[in-house]
Amino acid sequence: MTLTNADVARLADLARLDLTPEELSVMAGQLDVILDAVASVSEVAGDDVPPSSHALDLTNVFRVDEVHQSLSPEAALKMAPAVEDGRFRVPRILGE
Amino acid sequence: MSYEELMDYDEVMESYDPALGLEVHVELNTHSKMFCSCSTQFGAEPNTQTCPTCLGLPGSLPVVNAKAIESAIRIGLALNCSISTWCRFARKNYFYPDMTKNFQTSQYDEPICFDGQVEVEVDGQPFIIPIERAHMEEDAGKSQHMGGTTGRIQGADYSLMDYNRAGVPLIEIVTKPIMATGPQAPAVARAYVGFLRDMIRALGVSDVRMEQGSLRCDANVSLMPKGSTTLGTRTETKNVNSLRSIEKALRFEICRQGAILSSGGQVVQETRHWHEDGAYTSAGRSKEEAEDYRYFPEPDLVPIAPSREWVEELRATIPEPPAVHIAGLNKTWGFSDLEMRDVVNAEAVDLIHATVEAGASPQAARKWWMTELLRRANAESISLEDLPISGEHVAEVQRLIDSGLISDKIARQVIEAVLAGEGSPTQIVEDRGLTLVSDSVTLQKAVDDVIEANPDIAQKIREGKDQATGALIGQVMKQMSGQADAAKVREMIIASLAS
Amino acid sequence: MTSLIHATAAELADLLSTGVVSSEEVTRAHLDQIADVDGEVHAYLYVDSDRALDTARQVDRKRQQGEQLGRLAGVPVGLKDAFTYMGAPTTCGSKILEGWYPPYNATVTQKLIDADMIILGKTNMDEFAMGSSTENSAYGPTCNPWDLHRIPGGSGGGSAAALASFQAPLTIGSDTGGSIRQPAAVTGTVGVKPTYGAASRYGLVAMASSLDQPGPCARNVMDAALLHEVICGHDPKDSTSINAEVPNVVAAAATKDVRGLKIGIVKELGGEGYEPEVLARFREAIDLLANAGAEIHEVSCPHFPAALGAYYLIMPSEVSSNLARFDAMRYGLRVGDDGSTSTEQVMRTTRGAGFGAEVKRRIILGTYALSSGYYDAYYGSAQKVRTLIIRDFTQAFETVDVLMSPTSPTTAFTIGERANDPIAMYKADLCTIPTNLAGNAAMSIPAGLGDNSMPVGVQIMAPPQGDDRLYRVGGALEALLQDKWGGPLLGTLAKEAR
Repeated sequence: MTLTNADVARLADLARLDLTPEELSVMAGQLDVILDAVASVSEVAGDDVPPSSHALDLTNVFRVDEVHQSLSPEAALKMAPAVEDGRFRVPRILGE
Repeated sequence: MSYEELMDYDEVMESYDPALGLEVHVELNTHSKMFCSCSTQFGAEPNTQTCPTCLGLPGSLPVVNAKAIESAIRIGLALNCSISTWCRFARKNYFYPDMTKNFQTSQYDEPICFDGQVEVEVDGQPFIIPIERAHMEEDAGKSQHMGGTTGRIQGADYSLMDYNRAGVPLIEIVTKPIMATGPQAPAVARAYVGFLRDMIRALGVSDVRMEQGSLRCDANVSLMPKGSTTLGTRTETKNVNSLRSIEKALRFEICRQGAILSSGGQVVQETRHWHEDGAYTSAGRSKEEAEDYRYFPEPDLVPIAPSREWVEELRATIPEPPAVHIAGLNKTWGFSDLEMRDVVNAEAVDLIHATVEAGASPQAARKWWMTELLRRANAESISLEDLPISGEHVAEVQRLIDSGLISDKIARQVIEAVLAGEGSPTQIVEDRGLTLVSDSVTLQKAVDDVIEANPDIAQKIREGKDQATGALIGQVMKQMSGQADAAKVREMIIASLAS
Repeated sequence: MTSLIHATAAELADLLSTGVVSSEEVTRAHLDQIADVDGEVHAYLYVDSDRALDTARQVDRKRQQGEQLGRLAGVPVGLKDAFTYMGAPTTCGSKILEGWYPPYNATVTQKLIDADMIILGKTNMDEFAMGSSTENSAYGPTCNPWDLHRIPGGSGGGSAAALASFQAPLTIGSDTGGSIRQPAAVTGTVGVKPTYGAASRYGLVAMASSLDQPGPCARNVMDAALLHEVICGHDPKDSTSINAEVPNVVAAAATKDVRGLKIGIVKELGGEGYEPEVLARFREAIDLLANAGAEIHEVSCPHFPAALGAYYLIMPSEVSSNLARFDAMRYGLRVGDDGSTSTEQVMRTTRGAGFGAEVKRRIILGTYALSSGYYDAYYGSAQKVRTLIIRDFTQAFETVDVLMSPTSPTTAFTIGERANDPIAMYKADLCTIPTNLAGNAAMSIPAGLGDNSMPVGVQIMAPPQGDDRLYRVGGALEALLQDKWGGPLLGTLAKEAR
């Protein structure tokens, strides 16, 4: 498995992560080594082994449909980088 | 405005068969959100209904709302779906500022409800709508785009985020491709969404208000040459927020795609936006740049395994399908088949039902909704239920007429005033002093005056020419400035001339 | 009487309840020690002196008024910076959360407060708990009190070093792949990863949700048990919280009897790649237990060698999603917003500037493992390996009561030694990772020193909900070892300090 700088750049784009060209190439090299080390994982289990997303054997953990006290808007907004008119102010969205 | 080439609808239908796909999002009316205990109340002040969980704060965790699961299962049962014995939530990963965690907790390959079907009718013809799945997910926050010109996202300087809606439970209902509808495709789509709306309202699990966004529809359509069995390239039209828009948007897309295909072009697989004002669709994001959502099972939640006993308990709470419900209602209403079909097509069943429940006779209820009010709705291009008048109002108006307090003519004025937001009918009648003159001394005086002034007509009536009465009634009404009960005036005239 | 900072938590609790000392005195003694030594050790990111003293005085007042208080009331505790605590910043060792004051308390934090414990401050950690050395903290590394040039383990190096340098009698950690146990091993302290779901994750800033577990850190087994009892228990705010009685770990720690107990030695956790001294201390510990009447069996867990690979796919996958929320929109750092840049660009710039190299590496790795076309080969396969690891444990626990292994293959390495070799760094967690994947309970306790005079730890593993077994074996082994040493291992450090 070899990851090119372009592959890493595409992943960084998906993960919304700016990487410098140096970071990109260092990371591509390191990821190769890591992927080599973990590659054998796909050879361990046969098709008959079910995947486990969790070690827990719990199901149906529910909450009663009740309204509890929300945060005050002041508390909700207090740590925001920018606020306007009771709302979180964010830079212009390129969007769709 | 659309600058795209359109083909005549009937011409498209001569060469192509449409295939539909509908994705409907229903906001549940639970008290609290999907994964936290914040209120779901619509219209609150911004960011007053948020907590660490729905704000996606570091360290916060989701806990599933039991009522939302119950509602999802009930919707599934009403759509004749199978209910999963074991399923999970999954994370759909993508960055967008209205998503506080930058993933949406949704369901992916393990929906709670799957493989259902429902039947809808268009002009007496039944169509089967196959249901692929109904799954649970959470809504996103609301953004307001500031600066720029139109409040639209394009050209805005910045945006303001309100997360009150973030985490409100949604059910997404997805159909399998709906085939063989022929030219009825847009009407079938409308009938299906109308069915969903009525059915979900009957279940009581959502307000299903399209204009408030508690029922949202994305409509997919593709065309294939007649005789072909291979699906064509589809487009997905978003932002279709009324039943009539669904029909119009699909019609538009069919005409647009028809024009492209018949001139040898290729339809681009993309998202399109419906513009209600200009009645056209425009291109949005192309699916070629589609995101890689990197779904994986939500590790903060445990699987849902509804017991069969629970599912059967819920099945017992499912109301009859709307068609059966309508047939049941009409047993007491006694409308003709044709009248009933018109009522159904105008989506007036529930409104008439409410009016009758509030005390009006079925015929009177039908008369108001299917004439005066339908005319108003059509003139404004909105659906009847979006008129700012309720069944109770209409019944109240009818009660005022029946008790002789107002005339039919004044009733129309009262209705106008209710629509203008002036208050309840009784209040309007009082405020405007529209009550009929029921003081018989005043009324008798006017009748006597008119008879005296028109001896010729009076004589004709005495001789049995009843139709002449109208002329005298008209004059009396004129004298009374319309505030008299015409029927009562007629009685008085006849009584006066008989004596 | 030992000095207040060298006393165990249990001793402090007794001194407090009998009125011999006040919580204010105990708290002040620890704050003084922090002022004296933390310049060198750097175990704390934030010291909450004023509030700690205020709270201590309140607890003293409650006691004077005859209120019934919990066993650890008035005893100080350090909190890993991954847990939210209102009124103090929570940074997770990251620049992206610098100065973030959370508007809510973690359940673990709330339980400490409800138990009238005194929270001294927030301890240092690898950024978002990613690392085995605490070198990945954006606020500088923590040093190992045994040798300041060496790492204190990670990610909870701050919590472990605070104990080993007597800056707290108890600390809280979180363990995703060994972040409580490996630091305990290399600092000569005790660290416990309870059964997954035993202590609530609510308010623990997530690294990998299916693996993360809060747990107690202490200088001895009984102290760990007392803290375990305080922080564990069902929490309706955490869907993965176990709704059952917490096993009686305090009683188990006091048993000190292993007669008839079946102990399994995991064949796959040893041999090549392990320092000989680590293996020697492990063997000696097993011999002591055998002499004390435990039955020793060798058991095989054939899929353990695949655990590290599975972990390095599952963990980064969850990381890539859990850390997506740090996007400069609602809290935390915002970089590059000059009024014309887009939200998308500000997100990229902020995340590029706010995350350190290891975090970025894991985000990219996880994004890759989940991406379309690779999911089955990576994430999917790793989840299957997880099933096999769970089966290995289940099978092993059919024949033995607990499993044992070294905690980490090596003693503390020097700061900087593995900084550019991620794989070497990852191998520090070779022995601790299987329990995280399978969700069972595990403990590390000191087993002596290596020839470099650095501590070695041994690991005890129990089945899910069998946390009391850890304390029974750990308590017994600790007593046997201390008999041999003539006192606690950390006693030597305490003496040096005096």
